[in-house]
Amino acid sequence: MNKILIDLQHISKSFDGQMVLDDLNLYIRENEFLTLLGPSGCGKTTTLRILGGFETPDQGKVIFDGADITKMPPNKRQLNTVFQKYALFTHMTIAENIAFGLKIKNKPKTYIDDKIKYALKLVNLEGYENRMPDSLSGGQQQRIAIARAIVNEPKVLLLDEPLGALDLKLRQDMQYELIRLKNELGITFIYVTHDQEEALTMSDTIVVMNQGYIQQIGSPEKIYNEPENAFVADFIGDSNIIGGTMIEDKLVEIFGTKFPCVDTGFGHNKPVDVVIRPEDVILSSPVNGKLKGIVTHLIFKGVHYEMEVTANGYEWLVHSTGMFPVGTEVGIDVDPYNIQIMNKPASEDEEAAKIDE
Amino acid sequence: MNSTKKKLLGTPYFIWSAIFIVVPLCMVFYYGLTDKSGAFTMENILSIATPEHSKALWLALLLSLISTVICLLLAYPLAMILCKMNVNQHSFIVLIFILPMWMNFLLRTLAWQTLLEKTGVINSILTFLHLPTLNIINTPYAIVLGMVYNFLPFMVLPIYNALSKIDVNVINAARDLGANELQVFLKVTLPLTVPGIISGITMVFIPALTTFVISNLLGGSKILLIGNVVEQEFTQASNWHLGSGLSIVLMLFIILNMVISAVFDKDGEGSVL
Repeated sequence: MNKILIDLQHISKSFDGQMVLDDLNLYIRENEFLTLLGPSGCGKTTTLRILGGFETPDQGKVIFDGADITKMPPNKRQLNTVFQKYALFTHMTIAENIAFGLKIKNKPKTYIDDKIKYALKLVNLEGYENRMPDSLSGGQQQRIAIARAIVNEPKVLLLDEPLGALDLKLRQDMQYELIRLKNELGITFIYVTHDQEEALTMSDTIVVMNQGYIQQIGSPEKIYNEPENAFVADFIGDSNIIGGTMIEDKLVEIFGTKFPCVDTGFGHNKPVDVVIRPEDVILSSPVNGKLKGIVTHLIFKGVHYEMEVTANGYEWLVHSTGMFPVGTEVGIDVDPYNIQIMNKPASEDEEAAKIDE
Repeated sequence: MNSTKKKLLGTPYFIWSAIFIVVPLCMVFYYGLTDKSGAFTMENILSIATPEHSKALWLALLLSLISTVICLLLAYPLAMILCKMNVNQHSFIVLIFILPMWMNFLLRTLAWQTLLEKTGVINSILTFLHLPTLNIINTPYAIVLGMVYNFLPFMVLPIYNALSKIDVNVINAARDLGANELQVFLKVTLPLTVPGIISGITMVFIPALTTFVISNLLGGSKILLIGNVVEQEFTQASNWHLGSGLSIVLMLFIILNMVISAVFDKDGEGSVL
């Protein structure tokens, strides 16, 4: 494990009496690709702005490499930001944009020229030195924004929804590009997004946030396969969240039918939320399934079919490569290891968050 | 909408421009380039070289240049303050600035005349407080004051416009890359507002250069600017030929100013026209 580079301790921040972050604690390791993921207004951008020095927390400390930098202005921090809409200097050429930070630091001209070449090569835009930002496409501008940040050799690169304005194909290409960049540079990336697919693709660690609170921290696999609460389950991908009862360890009851599962430690006859991913629902002939239902919707999605199956009054969302026409009676089954058990939300806040979604 | 229809809708404006812009302009050129008998002459234009006329031209250029510089120095900080304010405070300050503009230009200048007079309001207060009196009425200082007062909003608005168009993240990016407040201003904010500044300079310099009302009222008709000379040729001397000739000279300076603006403001970003 790499050592801890950034430590956010008890960070609180409110705007006009509106609590945006409430006692947030988070540490970030060296060379980690960490993503802050959540819906708009969850406090992810505020967290990033506090890291960048553009906001000061009401309470709490930001520890960077062992030193308290809570009140340090942005220009003194050893981290650089890639902004949402690129924020390039439109009155300067690409080379001047990239050289901005280095010129401020009075680096020698040959050093700056080398760095510009190196950075443009790194983002695959060699020969663009004398172009103006306005003449570049969105994706190219974004690469320049990244180049402009990394020539300063920051220890940490902050990225605020950098791919938000790009189209789907370009966004996917840029995701691979970012992973490659991170590996080549060997620095820490802190990435803010509301796009769960982006987060799952690129991150080492995902921090799921909602309403100023951290909902879950974990690897993409863990977040997807073992969501800790209904919010995370619902926000990360599609899912069926069903109220059930935990009969005993490794046995849960849904709609009066007992399903074997792998979770333990929830107690006996406890009400729980059960998460089943749409791709984990197995459809078969009515006699083979544990539950019986009727297909009510069918959409072809390319990779798979998306179906809605009504069983016991609940609409199951199902992704399957096999197709069952609307009106077909089907049986529903789920493998034990694909059933994820979660405690019912404890507070009303969490409940409300669930309904919002 | 097809192009014929568009052209049809534009007709009233074409007629308007023809009658009130093109025709008068042609008349100015006709009068400027002919003498009383109607024969072609360059004399009207060349008469700018006479000491009396060239002095008026240089004085007008000097005073309007000074006024423009003062306006710029006052307007830039003000526009920056306006940009940093929240909407409520901001609309109040804008109102304070715009309010005088709703009043007639002549009235405002006349008001300054009353204020600045030897026994006017300002001096009465100063005398009452046993302070030395202010004797600037009928001097170039009063003219500059009048120009700055009347044209300041025309400098503030385009600069404010240009400033408010700057994405706050561009400023943040400069800070992020290590620039301190002064470096951010010099390397990012100022260059990005050049179109606004140029537009403001045009909008202050040209009316200041051609004014005759301000110099008449606050200069006590002793100080002649080129605008006064032209006005007198038309109204008092009834020499339309000479007046037009001098107008053409003045127009050259205006066109020169416009060309310089166009070079700096390629995208028309700062333009409020």
